[in-house]
Formats: sequence, C-alpha cells, structure tokens
Amino acid sequence: MTTRIVELRKGVLKKNDELARGLRARFEEAGMLVLNLVSSPGTGKTAFLERTLRELRNAGEHPAALVGDLETDNDARRLATSGAPVRQINTHGRCHLEAEMIGDHLNGWQLGDFDYLFIENVGNLVCPSSYDLGEAVRVALLSVTEGEDKPLKYPTIFNSADLAVITKIDLAVACEFNAELAHANLGEVRPGIPVLEVSSKTGAGFSEWLSFLAKCRAERLTARTIPI
Amino acid sequence: MHELSIVQSVVTTVTEAMHGQPSVQIRSVCLKVGALSGVVEGALQFGYEIATEGTMLAGSQLVVVNQPVVIFCKQCGELRELAGIQSFRCPVCNTPSGDIRQGRELEIESVEVEEAA
Repeated sequence: MTTRIVELRKGVLKKNDELARGLRARFEEAGMLVLNLVSSPGTGKTAFLERTLRELRNAGEHPAALVGDLETDNDARRLATSGAPVRQINTHGRCHLEAEMIGDHLNGWQLGDFDYLFIENVGNLVCPSSYDLGEAVRVALLSVTEGEDKPLKYPTIFNSADLAVITKIDLAVACEFNAELAHANLGEVRPGIPVLEVSSKTGAGFSEWLSFLAKCRAERLTARTIPI
Repeated sequence: MHELSIVQSVVTTVTEAMHGQPSVQIRSVCLKVGALSGVVEGALQFGYEIATEGTMLAGSQLVVVNQPVVIFCKQCGELRELAGIQSFRCPVCNTPSGDIRQGRELEIESVEVEEAA
C-alpha cells in the first residue's frame, strides 16, 4: 500500500457561493438593492423592517421582503400589513438562510418591480455570517438592551457587515446604554463601519437610514459594473 | 451550530472529487479554517464522524489547519498577523485596518489517500 496526497483546494461553501453570485447578478440586472439583516433573536429586526417597509412605501418606493425563521409565518403576516410583498422562509430547524432558499422563494416575482429587497435572516449571530445570500449590503443589528460588548463577543458577524444599526435607542437611558463604547467596539472589530442609531417605535434615526438606502441604491445603479 | 452542514458539504465535495477512484482508501481530509470563517473546530470534529458514516470517508480523520487573520497595515506598508479577532489593529503600530488578506478561508486543502501499489 502507498499513500499520497491529493490536492483539492476547494471551498467548502462553493455551491452556496456560486448560487449567491448568480443571485447577485440577477439583483443587479433588476436594479434592486438587496440587504441581508442579521442579529440575535429579539433585537427588533421585524419591527425595524416593518417601519422601513411602511416608510419606503409612503415615499413611493417599491420594497419587498423575505423573512427567515425556523417555524411559523408570524413575521411575514406582520410585515405584510405594510402592503409590501413579503414571503416567509421556514428553515425547519436550520440556523441560517442559504442562497438556494433565497432563489427558491423568488419564483413568480418580477424582480424589476422592486426597488429594494430586504432579507431578514434567522435570529442568530453565528451561523449566518458564513453564508453569502447575494446581498449588496449586510446589516448587523444590535439593540441597546443587549450590551455594548456584543460586537466583541460575536466579532465574525460584525466584521462581515457593511453597516451596523443600533436599535431600541428610545430605551437607551433606561438601559444605561453607553453609545460611545458601543461605537468604539464596533470600530474595533470592523474599522470604519458606519453606525446608525434608530428607534422603530418613535422613528428616531429613520431619516438617516432611508438616506443610507437611497444612497446605496443610487451608487449601485450608476456603477453597475463595479463588483462587490 | 451549522458545522454539521459544513462537514456534510465536505463529504459531498470529496466524494465528487474522488469519483472514479473507488479503490482508494481515504485516510484524512485536510481543512483550512480561517479565524473569521465562523466555524468552530470542536463542532466540526463532532459532526465529522456522523457525516462520514457509510460514505467513502468513513473512518478517516479530519485535520484542521487554523488560519489566523492577516491584515494589511497601510501605516507600516506590511502584512500583519493578528493574535485574535476582537481587535483589527496593526500589532506593531496600533493603526486600525479593515483590509483583511487572510482569515475567511473554509477550504478543503487536500486528501490523503492510500492505494494498492
């Protein structure tokens, strides 16, 4: 018997990455800005998205959403009250969304009809970091109730994000939230990351968030050939 | 805990790559795991035995090669290895850097096989 080494050099997530690349090309072609929202369970992703969809629609934009959860379609029903097209993805135990699930849930939608597609990932700060969904912008959210050191505890996901959103800012005083420290910790694990502070309840910070969205979309529409 | 999905993907990829060589015995699979890949070695090892059962990888060993993060420091003009992932600063001059050159890998590097001479 002889032993030999066979070089493979293959990415473990190659299949997902290829599907994500295909999705990204479709999204760009359709002129749609796609965002992947990641956070712990309970950060307020759904409330944030609910207000975002409503405000975008009031401004005459055409947003849509895909929402991932292990079970139930509660979030999709809640978001659908905004009037935007919303679809639920049930992962049935899986802790993250994958590119294939996104592709499957786009069937029947005319992507050109939408300006924005928000993908609400499964509430989890670990696993979703490894899976590219073809998004243009990854948004990591943390709430004032979670503590300023969340980025240091889960550096991988915050490092992979393009924007950080601090939610429930209306509760900051009650929680003795140290915003300066939270911003510093975000900058430590992802130097230069833009940070927004919002309240989905009062609407604080939403004008900055909507401006961020409009700016990202405009940049992508004018520079479609620039790879991500 | 998505490590079981990860090792299942390793099994599929290796099985496809070794297709047409059914006589070889796989002794080990070498996996490069970056510090920012989002997977944990212990959980990979735990899932590996389960995922390989009944496949051509059954009984093989998973060898994990950990890859630290390497950033490019503009200030020093050098590549710098980081000791952890809590702080993305140059370990020499302390300048923050988001220019990551290594550490996101999750790659099957090689497979060690045994075959009749």
